[in-house]
This record gives sequence, structure tokens and C-alpha cells, in this order.
Amino acid sequence: MKNYSKLSFYVFLLPIIIWLVFLIIIPQIELLIMSLRYENDMGDMVWSFANYKEFFANDIYWYTFVRTAMYAIFVTFLTFVVTFPIAFYITKIVNPRYIAFLTILLLLPFWVSELVRVYGWTILLRESGVINYFLQALGITSSGIEMLYNDFSMIMGLVYTSMLFMVIPLISSLESMDDSYIEAASDLGASRITIFFKIVIPYCASGIVSGSIIVFMLTLGNYLTPNLMGGKNSLWFTEQIYNEFIASLNWNQGAAFGFLLLILSSFIIWMGLKLTKQNLAKALS
Amino acid sequence: MIRTLPNSKTYSWGFKLYVIFFFTFLFAPLLVTCVLAFNDSNYPALPWNGFSLDWFFANTEERLGIFMDEENLKSIWVSVQTAFFVSIFSVIVGTMGAFLFERENFRYKQFLYFLALTPLVIPGVILGISLLLSVNSTGLYLEDNFNIDLEILRPSFWLVVLGQFAFITTFVLLVVSARLKKFDDSLEEAALNLGASKFEAIRYIILPFLKPAIIGAGAVAFLMSFENFNTTLFLIGSETTLPVNLYLQVRDGSTPVINSISFLLIIGTSILALLNLLFTKKEA
Repeated sequence: MKNYSKLSFYVFLLPIIIWLVFLIIIPQIELLIMSLRYENDMGDMVWSFANYKEFFANDIYWYTFVRTAMYAIFVTFLTFVVTFPIAFYITKIVNPRYIAFLTILLLLPFWVSELVRVYGWTILLRESGVINYFLQALGITSSGIEMLYNDFSMIMGLVYTSMLFMVIPLISSLESMDDSYIEAASDLGASRITIFFKIVIPYCASGIVSGSIIVFMLTLGNYLTPNLMGGKNSLWFTEQIYNEFIASLNWNQGAAFGFLLLILSSFIIWMGLKLTKQNLAKALS
Repeated sequence: MIRTLPNSKTYSWGFKLYVIFFFTFLFAPLLVTCVLAFNDSNYPALPWNGFSLDWFFANTEERLGIFMDEENLKSIWVSVQTAFFVSIFSVIVGTMGAFLFERENFRYKQFLYFLALTPLVIPGVILGISLLLSVNSTGLYLEDNFNIDLEILRPSFWLVVLGQFAFITTFVLLVVSARLKKFDDSLEEAALNLGASKFEAIRYIILPFLKPAIIGAGAVAFLMSFENFNTTLFLIGSETTLPVNLYLQVRDGSTPVINSISFLLIIGTSILALLNLLFTKKEA
């Protein structure tokens, strides 16, 4: 302890303990407990795996769960592919005079609520939307095409809403990278592709991992975008949780779904960290 | 490949084209939303029928502008209040956390730090439902056994504040810790040598040093809270926050009043973002 009295230590410790115990740990334990409680035929609450059995017995739950996980991974990858060139352009290619301007321009839209951004896409894409208006005005189509409510629009929306959380870590790791690495490799005759895979990507690994963790987690837990851009066919797992809680009022079933989602996200994040040899504290700070 | 190396024309132009395309993609939905807020139409769609401020000020049977729309105005006010309390609480606790993890050493520190980071990797929906379940159980227990009925144990304004505080604090903690790492300990030692108490040293030396990080984190905490949907959805009582209220309207068929609210939000957040940026730039 650096010069600190015991008192200051407890002053700092106490609120943190209260926060973590009462708002994080106990609720997660309660989630697990509730998911193991089941109302039997007599109307009594008993301990049971029935809520989990329900999940495994019903194809639609299974299908939605796996589909959500796969799509979330795919969206994370796609977000990386879309934002990497921008991060690279801003940090390494553009005239340094424009760096500040482009960065502000890049970050500004993300300060606006996700709902507003998704709403913007719905009025662009829907059957009576702006894009269809121009297509018809130009004579390309004669009647409106529904461009919303399919997997394509949903994935585009998910990428759009999560780009920020990928681009910030990418920019900060690219910024700290010394240009001479790339210059040296280039002088020694490496091709662009070799430089990209052997130098740039390994150097940015920690930024890529931290961006991916946040994007993956936000996508997996997203409700607004799949709901408003994917429509009724979006089959996103958070919608199942929402239905159990708000529509069917079966909180125990909802708790089981919630716990499964928690396990899934923790597992995939853990796998990602293991595979890339990172740890959570390093990846997030 | 980079600006110091010779690049082919195709490479530079390819990049430029991609950047233009990307920024179009980035701004198109926002621009369209803003423009259509001023269209003289009953639907948020083209054709352009002329400029109108109806969706801001009108109060007719067909059109209710945002400044006349009590329900939406009320939800904006609820969101402002929520965000105000969340940012105050999370800045206080987050800063304390930064002091704890950066400047103290104790057993299980690594474990506690890991726990403090977990809210960032728990999906918001889960935070919402788990908090709802546990306050509900506690509420039932207290009511059955002691006949106590606490309002905070039901979906309500303060429960929303708690739920958002639970994960926004982690964010503040990370931002303030990053700044605290750069603090030069000799400044504090000098203050202590000159007779300042430990808390005076914190108050007059360390906190002023942290000020830009604290203000920046506070602004972002405010916005995160103002815009939160996933966690809030399960915790709201009778007082609906703006994102939830907007969601219900968008889902059930929208009128251009949503565009005018969006326009105000875009302007408001842009100003806040720019101010925040200028402020942190100057201090850093």
C-alpha cells in the first residue's frame, strides 16, 4: 500500500463490494436458481431441470440458439472486415492533417441512440421507403420491393450498430504501431498481403480481440436491431427471452434461456481469449 | 501501402472509394431521418411535399409535433433524470474503483478486478432479467415475512437507475483507471511532505489531475444511460424512458414525430460529443 491508511482502503473497497455483490453476483445466482424452479402439475414450485428439458426438447429453441450464436460470430467477423480498412486508412494512409477531422466524423454517428440509427434504416429500406422511391422514380422497378425484414438487412443493421466498438480498439492499436515495421518489410520485398498477415494483423491482435469481444457480446444480446430490421423471421434468441418474460410471463423458463445465453457468451468469449492467448483484463483496458 | 511508401494509383483510389462508400453508409440513415422530419407529410417517407415544422410544433388531429406531445416529452424528461443519477453514481463508484485497483494492494485483487470487468461481457438483457428476478424474490420474501413493501423492489425509476449503474460503472472504472495510471506519484508525495493529509492530497492533487477523464467518462455514462434499451426494458415501471417509448412507437407504426425527436437527439448528442472532445483535447 502506497502511503494509504487502512481507512482509505475500506472507503474505496466498500462501494465496490456492494456494487459487485448486490448488482452482479447475487442476481446471476438468482437467475440460476429461478431457472431450476418449475411449477409442477399440482401448482407447487419444485426443483427441476424441466425448464432446460423444454429447451432441448423444442427444435425451435435449439435452432434459434445456434442460429443466434453463428450469426453473432459472423457479424463480428464482418464488422472487422468492414472497419479495418477505415482504421488503416485513418491511421496510416490519409494526410495527417485530416486525421482528427475523419476521426470525429467517424465517431459522431455512434453517439446517437441505436434506436434512431435503426429507425433511419427502416425508413430507407422498407417497401414505401426512400430507396424504393428513388428506384421507382428512376424507372428501375415499377413497384416497391421489401428490402427490410430479411437476414441480409438484419446482419447489415447489426454490423452498422456495432462498428464503433471494433473501430476504436483497431485505431488505437494501429496508432501505436511504428510505420517502420511496414517500411522495413516492404524494403525487404514483402508483398502487401504478406505484410498484412505477418506484420499488421499480429501487431493488432489485442485490439482485434478486445473489439471482437465487445461486438460479439453486444450482437448476441441485441434485441432492437433483429426485432426492427429482421422482423418476425429474425429468430434471435433474446426475443425468446423477451417473450417468456413479457408475453408468456413464464419467468422460470425465461431465466433458463437467460442462463443458457450467459453460458454461451461466456464460453465463446473464453474460447476466443484462449485461442488468441489474451486475457480479459488486458483485452478490455 | 502506407503514406511514406510509394503507392499505385489503383491502390490509393481503391481506398478513397471505399472510404467514401463507408461514410455514405454511415451517414445515410441519419441524414434521411433528419431531412424527413421537415417534410410536409403524414408519413416518414418521400415524396417531398415541401418544408414544414409541423412535426415540431403542430397540434392538430392529424399531426402532433414533439413540443406538443406530452407523452414523448415526459419520456424524454424521465430519460434525462435517469441519465443524471446514473452518471453521478457511476462516476463516484467508478472513480473509487479506479483508486482501489490502481493504488491499493490486497489479497484477491485480481479476482475482484475480474469481477468488476464482467458487467461488460454480460449481455444487457441478462443484467436486466437477473436484477428483476432477484429484486422480485427479495420483495416477495420481505412482504410475506415482514409485511414490508419497498418500491425499489418493483420495476420502477430507481430500479432502472440501479440496472444501468451496474454496467456503466465498469466503463467509468476503465476510463478513470487509464488516466490514473499516468499519474506521477511524486506529486502526491510532495503534497504529503508539505503536510497535506491523505484525503487532502486526493482532493487537491489527484482529483484535479483526473478531471478530464472523469468529465469524459461522465458524459459517456450519461449518453449510455440515456440510450440504454436492453437492460432498461425489463426494469421500467410506469415511467417509460425515451428509447423504450420510441421502440413501442416504431414497432406499432411510426409517424414523422419520431423523425423530429431523432433530429433533436442527433443535434443534442453531436453538441455534447463535440464539447466533450474539445474539452478533453484541451486538458490532455
